[in-house]
Amino acid sequence: VINTIAKLAKTCTLRLTVSKLYFILSDKVANGGVSMWCELCQGNFFDEFQMEGVAAEHNEIYLELMPENLSRALKTAQSAKAVKIKLTNKHCPCLRVAVELPSLSSSSRIVTHDIPVGIIPRRLWNDFREPSVPDFDVSIYLPVLKTMKSVVERMKNLSNSIVIEANLSGEMNLKIETDLVSVTTHFKDLGNPPWASEDGCQSSAQDRDLESMAEARIDIKKLQQLLAGQQVNPTKALCNIVSKRIVHFILLHEDVSLQYFIPALA
Amino acid sequence: MPLSTQPPASGEPYVLVASLDNARHLSSLLRAVHFQDHATCFATANGLRVTVEDAKCIQANAFIQAEIFQEFAVQEESVTFRINLSVLLDCLTIFGTSSLPGISTALRMCYRGYGYPLMLFLEEGGVVTVCKINTQEPDELLDFDFCSTKVVNKIILQSEGLREAFAELDMTSEVLQITMSPDKPYFRLSTFGNAGSAHLDYPRDSDLMEAFYCNQTQTNRYKISLLKPSTKALALSCKVSIRTDAQGFLSLQYMIRNEDGQICFVEYYCCPDEDITEAEL
Repeated sequence: VINTIAKLAKTCTLRLTVSKLYFILSDKVANGGVSMWCELCQGNFFDEFQMEGVAAEHNEIYLELMPENLSRALKTAQSAKAVKIKLTNKHCPCLRVAVELPSLSSSSRIVTHDIPVGIIPRRLWNDFREPSVPDFDVSIYLPVLKTMKSVVERMKNLSNSIVIEANLSGEMNLKIETDLVSVTTHFKDLGNPPWASEDGCQSSAQDRDLESMAEARIDIKKLQQLLAGQQVNPTKALCNIVSKRIVHFILLHEDVSLQYFIPALA
Repeated sequence: MPLSTQPPASGEPYVLVASLDNARHLSSLLRAVHFQDHATCFATANGLRVTVEDAKCIQANAFIQAEIFQEFAVQEESVTFRINLSVLLDCLTIFGTSSLPGISTALRMCYRGYGYPLMLFLEEGGVVTVCKINTQEPDELLDFDFCSTKVVNKIILQSEGLREAFAELDMTSEVLQITMSPDKPYFRLSTFGNAGSAHLDYPRDSDLMEAFYCNQTQTNRYKISLLKPSTKALALSCKVSIRTDAQGFLSLQYMIRNEDGQICFVEYYCCPDEDITEAEL
């Protein structure tokens, strides 16, 4: 999971609650408008989990960290007997990752990584709220990621931006167009996920023409980064398109859910 | 203008239509001559020739005969256009370059004629990609006038013998010197780099030598940077023929067997860097 996050963000926010961990990237200009929300249940990953937040009513901790550092530390843990992660505050707040490595002698070797983190004060916690699902025009399941990855990688050589369009008949097209070349890849029979109807947005979708496409032009590198980070096929992968505005990707694995928002280019 | 996913039915005004069940048969050959961004495509009823040139000194040609294609129709005597080879290769390999057994990309190529873009329809696993690549005026191509009657020396070698040698050529040397002789050293590749000179000799009775027709001792030097791209063609090939003429022009012809066992050819022509023809070594 950390490896995927590290590919998507240089710096992100880690929010810890009693039951869950969240990796959050909010849509600032510095990120190119991209935002990310990744959620996992601590129970699926940790044998022991203890935390105490700022106060009883706000039993949460918000940290700012560079996921690349955590990723590198965890690389040591590939063949570890045990890994312990602690939040400490020696000279400055750190995430201390202690990796117990197997060794031939009776005493085990422990490698410790100290990853500096920033503590985010409570007054800023509102910046990191869970994004709401946008009022999308089309929601569609993604095609086989391996095929999508190959196509987007090749298209990246040819153009800086890519148009994603999809309709409610399970069709999705990826298009690029430059002075030299235009390429369109057509995916069919993808299926459209059913969303529970809320305040009439579903009924308006039913009135809409099933064939008409919702489209958005996005930065191709951001899409390629998202796809490249997916090493394993997700259990569910879909995207919601708000025409000319934003594309919202939802990737669900057994124990992790990842939401990624890529805004449309001007 | 929306691109339709359906390739045109026959009867449409296309001067060139070609279909290939496995696009790799074309893309791997094109990669063997891909050392410049632009290439000239020349199609006749016999098949397709793709030519790449550099510095007015080197020319590479990839030949794909009409028989390799499942369908190959040329409406005029010949069809010629210039195209961006890097873009063409990216399109041909749009579904990836790994060759999983049983999975291949089907290709249909259509060209309407002068001024029109080249249309590619590629399909793999039910997914269709349509590409429209702009074409340009074909350039004047170099004519090396290398005909078999003027050949002075000719060697045919099994490629596996040369592959390692070419992959490990000392690139700090400006030239690759090729010596061909009826006497020792018979066939020698030499480089003169920062670490010193390296000579690689192939005896005429070596297992790798399929044919040896050397009449005169010739030593010629060629710019190594121009010849290095031929390593790609060498890697794909099973046999290579090396020929020189009286002026020291070099012809390298590579016989390439594709996944289906069909034969295609790639050739490289190169001008000598300095004219050193010695009567005796």
